[in-house]
Formats: sequence, C-alpha cells, structure tokens
Amino acid sequence: MNLSIAALLTQDGITNGAIYALLALALVLVFAVTRVIWVPSGEFVAYGTLTLAGLQLGKPPGTVGLLVGMALVAGVMEIYEAARRREVRHLPRALLLWSGIPLAVAFVVWWCAPQNFTLPLQVLLTLLAVTALGPLLYRIVYQPIADASVLVLLIISVAVHLALTGLGLWFFGAEGSRTPAFVSGSVQLGDISINVQSLLVVATSVLLIVALYGFFGRTLYGKALRATAVNRIGARLTGISPNFAGTLTFTLAALMCAFCGVLIGPITTIYYDSGFLVSLKGFVGAIIGGLVSYPLAAAGALLVGLLESFSSFWASAFKEVIVFTLIIPVLLWRSLTAHHHEEEE
Amino acid sequence: MTRDRIGLVALIAALACIPAFAPQFWVTLGNYIGLYSIVTLGLVLLTGVAGQTSFGQAAFVGIGAYATAYLTTQAGASPWFALAIGLAITLLVALTLGFITLRMKGHYLPLATIAWGISLYFLFGNLEFLGGHTGVTGIPALNLLGFELRDERRYFYLIWTIALAALWATDNLLDSRPGRAIRALKGGLAMAEAFGVDGARLKIITFVYAALLACVSGWLYAHLQRFVNPTPFGINQGIEYLFMAVVGGAGSVWGAVVGATLITLLKEVLQDVLPRVLGRTGNFEIVVFGILMIVLLQFARDGVWPWLARLLPRRAPAPVPPAASLPVRAASASTGPLLEVKHARKQFGGLVAVDDLSFDLRSGEILGLIGPNGAGKSTTFSLISGALPLTAGEILFRGESIGSRLPYEIARRGIGRTFQHVKLIPTMSVLDNVALGAYLRGTTGIVRAALRLDRGEEARTRAEAARAIARVGLAEHTFDAAGSLPLGKQRVAEIARALAADPILLLLDEPAAGLRYREKQELAALLRALKQQGMTILLVEHDMDFVMGLTDRLVVMDFGEKLAEGLPTEIQGNPVVLEAYLGGV
Repeated sequence: MNLSIAALLTQDGITNGAIYALLALALVLVFAVTRVIWVPSGEFVAYGTLTLAGLQLGKPPGTVGLLVGMALVAGVMEIYEAARRREVRHLPRALLLWSGIPLAVAFVVWWCAPQNFTLPLQVLLTLLAVTALGPLLYRIVYQPIADASVLVLLIISVAVHLALTGLGLWFFGAEGSRTPAFVSGSVQLGDISINVQSLLVVATSVLLIVALYGFFGRTLYGKALRATAVNRIGARLTGISPNFAGTLTFTLAALMCAFCGVLIGPITTIYYDSGFLVSLKGFVGAIIGGLVSYPLAAAGALLVGLLESFSSFWASAFKEVIVFTLIIPVLLWRSLTAHHHEEEE
Repeated sequence: MTRDRIGLVALIAALACIPAFAPQFWVTLGNYIGLYSIVTLGLVLLTGVAGQTSFGQAAFVGIGAYATAYLTTQAGASPWFALAIGLAITLLVALTLGFITLRMKGHYLPLATIAWGISLYFLFGNLEFLGGHTGVTGIPALNLLGFELRDERRYFYLIWTIALAALWATDNLLDSRPGRAIRALKGGLAMAEAFGVDGARLKIITFVYAALLACVSGWLYAHLQRFVNPTPFGINQGIEYLFMAVVGGAGSVWGAVVGATLITLLKEVLQDVLPRVLGRTGNFEIVVFGILMIVLLQFARDGVWPWLARLLPRRAPAPVPPAASLPVRAASASTGPLLEVKHARKQFGGLVAVDDLSFDLRSGEILGLIGPNGAGKSTTFSLISGALPLTAGEILFRGESIGSRLPYEIARRGIGRTFQHVKLIPTMSVLDNVALGAYLRGTTGIVRAALRLDRGEEARTRAEAARAIARVGLAEHTFDAAGSLPLGKQRVAEIARALAADPILLLLDEPAAGLRYREKQELAALLRALKQQGMTILLVEHDMDFVMGLTDRLVVMDFGEKLAEGLPTEIQGNPVVLEAYLGGV
C-alpha cells in the first residue's frame, strides 16, 4: 500500500464514518429519551435513498403508500382511543395531527413526483416524506408500550425492522438504487485528490451535528428532551409530556436517518434491505459511546468507517468479520479503563 | 401427585406419542421446536432472569454444529468427542466475551454478541476448510447404545430428552441459592453484592451456561440434518432466539418452550398459508410476522406464558417445614468495643464529607448516629458497610481493620445492613428475598443446584429465612411478592434479610424514613426486642423523636464532624446540638 491508496481509503472511511456518526447520534438520541434501541433506523436510511431515487425517475416513491397506510392506522387508533375514553373533544386535533398532516405530506410528494423538480427540491421532498414516518411509527408502535422494559422495546424494534423490510420490498421493489452524485470533481491537496462529494457528505454531517448541539444546548424543546433523557419522571413532573418527547425524538431521528439515506445514496447501491447492516455499524459506533455519550458515539462511528474501508482493501471477503471483531479489543480497552465501583440504576 | 405433576406427565406422554403417530411433517417441526427450546432456555436464564441481552446465541449453535461437522467428516472423530471439543471451544469463547463485557455496566454484551455473531457467520462462510458458503455434507448419523439414529422419528426422542433435561436443570437452578442471586442481578446488583454475591462472576456463569446449551443444540442439529452451512447461525437467527424468549415469556423456563413452539408454528403457517391466500409470493410473511409480534407484545408484554399460567390451577404455597440451622457464627472472645471508628475521613474531590470522625460501638447497645441533612451520616454508613473506601483513618470491627474491605467481605465478618431506599426484588417472594440474606452461609454452586443435589441445604436456608421473617413479625407475608407490601413492612423485610445472614452488628440506614406513626412504633418495638436478644445496632436517622426513646447513646454529626456524643437526655439539652438543628437563636 502506498500513501495515495492510504489517503483514498482514509477518505472513504471518513466519508462513511461521517454517515455512521449521524446514524449513531440518532440511535443515542432515541435510546436516551425513549429507551428504545432503534433497530429499524436502517430502514429509514434505505427509504431515504429509495425515495430520492424514485423522485429522480419521476414516479411517486413507495414512501407515499407507506405514509397513507400509517396515517390511516394512526387515525383509527386515535378514534378507538377517543371512543374508549368517551371523550371526543381532542379528537379533531388528534386526527388532523396524526392523519391529516401525513396525508397532506403524502399528497404533496405524490403530486410533485412527476414534475421533475431540481435536485435540492427533490432532497427536500425526500426528507419531508421520510421524516413524517418517524412520529407515525412512534404513535402506532411505541407510544402504547412506552413504559415497557428495554428488552421488550428492543424486541418490538426488531419486529418493526422485519415488518418495514418486508414493506420496503412491497413499496419500493427489489431493485437496488443509486442516486447521482450531488457534485462532481475533486480538489487537489498536494499529492492527494479529495472528492468534492466526500467533502460535501462530511460537511453536511458536521453541520447537522453542530445544529443538533445547538438544538440541545440552546432551545427549550432540546432542553426538554435532555431533561427526559436524564430523568423521565422528573421531566414529567415539570410538565414535559413523555408522548411529546417521544414524538419529537422520533421526528428528529427520522430526519437524521433520511439525511443519512440521501448522503449514502451516491456512494453505495441501496436495496430495500440494505439498511440493517448500515444501522448495525451506526449501532456499533453508538454503543462504543455506551449509548450515552454523543461525542464518543461519533468517534466510534468514525472508527467503524475507517476499519471498514481499510479492511475491504486488505481482505474484502473478511471485511465484515474484521469490522465487527475489532470492536472487541475496543471493548476490552473500555473494560480495563472503566470504573468498577458503579452504582446500578 | 400434584396437579402440575399431572400436567407434566401428560406433556411427556404426548411428546412420546408424536413420533409414533404424527405425520412426518409434525415430527420434523417437533424436532426443530426441541432444538430451539434448548437454545431459548439459555436465553431465559441469561436475558429474562439475569437481564443480559445476547444476539450471539446462534453463533454458539454454529460452533457446536461446525465442530462436529468438521471433526466427524474430516478427522473421522466420534460425534461424542466432537461434542466435547465443541463445548470446550464454546466455553473458551463465552468466558472471553463474558470476561471482557460483563464486568462493565452498560450495553457491552449485546454489542459484543452482535459483533461476534456477525463475524462468526462470515468466518464460516469464508473459510475453505469449513466448506465456505456451501457448507459441509456427509455428517454421520449418531449411534446411541447400538441404535443408529438415522430416522427423524427416533431422533425426536433424543432431542426432547435433552430439551426436557435442560428444562429441569434450569428450573432447578432458578429455585436455589445461586438462582436467587441470579434473579437479584437484574434489579439489585448493589444489594446482592452487599450480601456476598459476586455479580460479575454470576453473570459470566449464566452467559457460559446459555452458550453451552446453544452448543449442544447445534451438535444435535448437525447430526439431525447431516449437513451444515452458515445460514442458520447468522445474526438473524440470533435475533429470532431472542424473539422466542420474549414472546414465550422470558421470566420462566416454560416460556422458552412456548416461545419456540409459537414462533416456529407461526412462521410455518405464514410461509405456507399466506402465499395461497394472497395468490402471490413476496415478503408478506415477514410483514405479517412483524406486525403480529408488535400487536402481541403491545397486549402481553411479559409474553404468552404468564398469560397461560394464569389459566392453570394455582397451588397455595405450603408452609416452610422446620429444618436445622445453617452454620452459625462462632461467638467472639474479644471484650473490647465491637466497632471502633478512628479518625475516619472521606473526601470527594475537594469536598470533605466526613472529617476526623471517631466513635466506639459497644456490644449489645443501640447507638444512634444523628445530624441534620448533609451532615455526613450516610457517608459514614457507607464507609462502615464498605460501599465507599476510606480516604484516611481506620475502622476496626472486633479488633480487625475493615476500612479497605469490599461490601461482601464486611458482610462475611458479621455486619448486616439495610438500605435507605428499600432494595428488595419486588417480584420475588419475601421468603426468597430474605433467603438471599443467607447467601454467604450456604455453599451450593451452579452444578449442584442444577442437578438438585442441594435440597438439604436449601431446606435449611428456607427454614432460616422463615425464622428471620417470624422474628420480625412478617410471617403472614412469607409468600407475598415483596413489592406488594407497604413501605413500612418492606423496611422490616429488609431487617429480616439482614438477620438471615446471622450478623453480630446491624447497620440500619434511616429505617424510619417515610413510615407512619404506628409503623415507627412497631419498628422501635422490633429493634428493642432484637437488642434484648443480644443484637448490636447502629442506627442512622434524623427523626429525633424516633431515636430519643430507642437508643442507648447518640453521636451527633454536623458538616462531617462529630458535634457531640452522649446519652439521649444529655444530647437533648446540649446547646451546640440545638444550634445545629434549630439554627442560631
């Protein structure tokens, strides 16, 4: 291996790592606020890519059908809930929120699809459509059992992952998609040429991470989510509704995953079931940060990206073996440096 | 014969009939259910009971299967030898993974098992000598006592004998000294460790136990199929085992069998029926499967077994039969003070929580340690019980320095404790909770417990616990779930648990906090009675009324230092103490 290959691999690793970092942050966010280990995040990534690919072909993406279906289920759940409580006062607002808005989003995306808008607009539509799925998923699946154990929430998440993969095949078809690069060309830095597309991916990830940092540090909603993450009951007592926190979290997380999907589209061909391995790598990053620390999670994700890129060069058949096995020394290191007198929750 | 025995016999009879009468298809399904049950049983113990999630069980199944596949086809080894090798490899891997991840708090085991599960799958698929993705064929059939188990119908008996044996062993294990400790891991590690349980070691043992069961299942699988490839050992199958455990009911051994049965049948039905109903194939079964799981867990989050168990007749618990006492601590020959705190100091960074604190505790007295909030009482308590290490100074118990000992070493020396925030395992009965207190007085290990060779000691432990419960006056609640008692009684149950350890000194951390007036009176009466029986008690409190009538002497703390020491009446009139409690006059 010479320097230029190493530089190329590093660049690849950092680009993928930046995407995994975004995903890892979404996973940490969701776990911290709702205790859900969000296995289906990968499906949201895949949906992001596939939605954009659909829009570029000028046909309504499968997301539209999914949105309509979930909006109807959520609506029925709200009506059932209102009937059970014999209270219809809040029903119109709930129906507008859970069915009206998603249906409107679905309609807009469906109408815009054949118009052949410019790429930035298509990206915007993609983000809109995929993000709308997040809160719906929380309302339908997680809200009714929000206080269950971490294990049950995890298993539910796996079930959601299975269902969404199957639905992905149904709505998007079996063909893989790759979206065109946003920009082409490269910058020369001494002997090393850097892909502009890679720069864009890294810059977008960093920008999003900084924006999230600002959101959690500066805004009231961000602080409310942090408070919920630290102490659910305490947050509830100060007037932060757990349902609201959950909905907001899933909206944000869906948005981040949709971004990942848009960013990863030009790099890898994405199939309806490609999300799982992508999300596992984000998960590995997240868990290196103990599922609590955002900076450590991002660093872990970057490490995963680099490992992946270098091991695919040396022994591509063993790429996944190397990526996932090399995590164990990291864990060993953490195990040897961690404090042992820790108080359980 | 009790009614649940009848149920068990009926189940075994039904299982015995399946190979003789059922069509081939059902025998095959039954074989797979048995294989899955064996793996899921391990997960019930590891995940449902001990609270550690593993995605990697399928990989251990793979080790069992590939070990025998390789050794029997390439090296011509006997399948039984291959089983031993498979178990040895599994043991080694599980110990390594467990040692790395299970000593830490957090979600390291799930990650390590995901990593391990995925790696091993790709490794199986990429190693030439293991046949790559095509796998290994021509694995010989098993020979058992001269019978060749080539026929699936005969094999059924072997699988289910092993499955039922595993079920029996796991059930025994849960109902034993180590089992109680394992059950305590999930909710009360700090508490369990205070009673001598080595949490990290037990977690590693449960992980190894689950891995070995998975390995056995893999060995059986290889000789049933007579062919292996990497597919059934990937991460997806690892997740499926977790599904079985959770859907069946991860808290009970029967949940494993119910879960394995339910998931296997459901997948079969979906794969078989859906394409016919919908008229086309696709991934619909996975969608329907996912949605069914979501709905099922939304309505029965503890799984199906607890729901089924409610339909079964419940047996009223039989009273605990009397039995001989567990080993009792030798009486001390020393005549000096029981506990001496000498110039104890505890510093957290720049904050000095306890500063140069000295006092003695004499045998047979009740000493109250009081002071306003933030005075350093609880820190002092933690220093004595070993929950926190001393920064400087010394603590002597019966003349021996205990300042740098761990909580369980201190417990072993005869200091029992309660917790300021009640730490009982709410789902366990009062009897089981209290029996956990006697953990250090027993010796039964995992193997003896699993083989049910521990009944003598177990009977004595239960009798000991029942005596401690009677001693504090909770006999009527012996079999109630600890979480169902009101707070006052839970605090008393904690005292019973401490007593079950046969302590010389009882440390009580704010036992009256949150109690009603009557409950406080009853508690005071209980403590007086214990004193009458020769117990020495150190009481940390800030309820003055409670302490005044009860204690022999008081030590008053403020800002980490000793403010005063003396008889309750002297303390009541001490101007410095009044100043500390009521502020400047």
